Amino acid sequence: MFDDLRDLYQEIILDHGRKPRNFRRLEDADLSARGDNPLCGDRMDLWLKMTPDGRIADAAFQGRGCAISMASASLMTETVKGKSAEQAKALGARFRELAMTGACPDCGDLAEEMERLQPLAGVHEFPSRVKCATLAWHTLNAALEGNKEASSE
Amino acid sequence: MTDGPASSAPRLDVERLRRDFPILAQTVRGRKLVFLDSGASAQKPRQVIEAMVRCMEERYANVHRGAYFLSEAATEAYEAARGAVARFLNAADPREVVFTRNSTEAINLVAHAWGRGVMRPGQAVLVSEMEHHANLVPWQMLRDDGRGIALRVCRVTDDGELDLEDLAAKLADGKVGLVAVTHMSNVLGTVTPAERIVAMAHAAGAKVLLDGSQAAVHRRVDVQAIGADFYCFTGHKLYGPTGIGVLWARLEHLDRMPPFLGGGDMIASVTLERSEWAPPPAKFEAGTPAIVEAVGLHAAVDYVTALGWPAIEAHERALVDRAMRRLSGIEGLRLLGRAQDRGGVFSFALDNAHPHDLSTLLDRAGIAVRAGRHCAEPLHARFGLEGGTCRASFGLYTTEEEVDFLAEALVKAREFFG
Ligand SMILES: Cc1ncc(COP(=O)(O)O)c(C=O)c1O
Repeated sequence: MFDDLRDLYQEIILDHGRKPRNFRRLEDADLSARGDNPLCGDRMDLWLKMTPDGRIADAAFQGRGCAISMASASLMTETVKGKSAEQAKALGARFRELAMTGACPDCGDLAEEMERLQPLAGVHEFPSRVKCATLAWHTLNAALEGNKEASSE
Repeated sequence: MTDGPASSAPRLDVERLRRDFPILAQTVRGRKLVFLDSGASAQKPRQVIEAMVRCMEERYANVHRGAYFLSEAATEAYEAARGAVARFLNAADPREVVFTRNSTEAINLVAHAWGRGVMRPGQAVLVSEMEHHANLVPWQMLRDDGRGIALRVCRVTDDGELDLEDLAAKLADGKVGLVAVTHMSNVLGTVTPAERIVAMAHAAGAKVLLDGSQAAVHRRVDVQAIGADFYCFTGHKLYGPTGIGVLWARLEHLDRMPPFLGGGDMIASVTLERSEWAPPPAKFEAGTPAIVEAVGLHAAVDYVTALGWPAIEAHERALVDRAMRRLSGIEGLRLLGRAQDRGGVFSFALDNAHPHDLSTLLDRAGIAVRAGRHCAEPLHARFGLEGGTCRASFGLYTTEEEVDFLAEALVKAREFFG
């Protein structure tokens, strides 16, 4: 009945959805933000620990939401570690393109990172679910820009 | 729980009436559409669609304004709709029927005109934990308006019933001026004991507003038998168009209430200095009303009435029994609310799937359910389900096979998420 949904719910998504990585509070975080999707009730808190030269030393989150939003946040925290704020924002912009269109033609320079996020590309076929995948990245942007709140509405 | 309705009850010919709803013939990604979101908004029979088209093609002009044939014809059609709604609710007088945009506007009208115009400082409004935001937020706004009107909340039991002991306790000091509660929960399916609530409230000196947005679709409503003071419903859930709703209120209340919105059509006379209000219901219908939509609502009311309440209620009971039986047997499925008296609305959560993931899955099977908190966040918090639920809600055209199909899909969905 649901076989064609394996594109969206790949094993890796279900796995990260069930057991999100970096799912904890960072007590000594330098930056943080809360992401909210008021329509569906998804909510997450994101914490970042920065190095003196402005790279992301550690990223962690807590929250509630669907498998897509939890998996996306989990994969994101894994992917952005070691990146500068600029690199992380650039990744976010490309990820949003991937989530909305299913492809990212000019992702060449970030190919390796984008590869890890590829399992979420299937979400583009589900317009009402794209915001589930992008909430974590909106929240990351907000944290990096010193804002406390992000919304995917 | 018994199998099927009593033999003497008239039966609804569901296969036949489904043909009245053009949209149900379509497929979703190659699968038959199983529309289980009528609680959010119901589909429209062609009788409603055609009545609206006919109005625009043959009898359309502004109402209450022109002394020419078309305007008179449109006015007549608009007022005939009011009469039909009055009969539908068994109102004592068609002047007690005020057309609004939807239930939300009807409740806001009462919050403004009764809450701000008639209630006194020191009084309270009493709502319940199971209200739709439409019957909560306007009262919070009234409370926060600096008029000294408090807001009290009646608890809901674990089974999803209105806690009548708590209701009595909160009425006891006589300060409640208005009880505003739902007649049927859009999340739990619970039908509240309207007569009982009215008796308790009146004994404590309070008026009663019932939010009939769901109830008026699933049960025959008799506002005189219930004894309520205000009753509202919304056209689009009753197989009618969007953009039209109804506030019924006792004439004596409407007479006491100041207007809600000001403008044309609601005045008796206007000078540059002041205006005199028209009598109800015109006093509450400022501006050009939803004329075509009123005609559509009239057709919807006629449609439901012609099918007959005994048959509709028997069909609903069969669906509810079937759903209770099939859904409560699914491992890992938590059903919200187990009220004795309930209608065809079921909210549930699967232990291994978030409601949004579940609704995406069900959509693939052609099943349309709603995921989220259904404009009832406090109620979801009350049951510890901040992440929301999925909700299947039934209409006239829902079949027992569709309920079975939902149950089968839920079993497979649980397997899918492992
Ligand atoms: C119980 C209840 N009250 C109020 C409303 C609000 O209806 P509307 O959005 O048409 O104003 C709804 C439906 O959404 C409802 O189910």
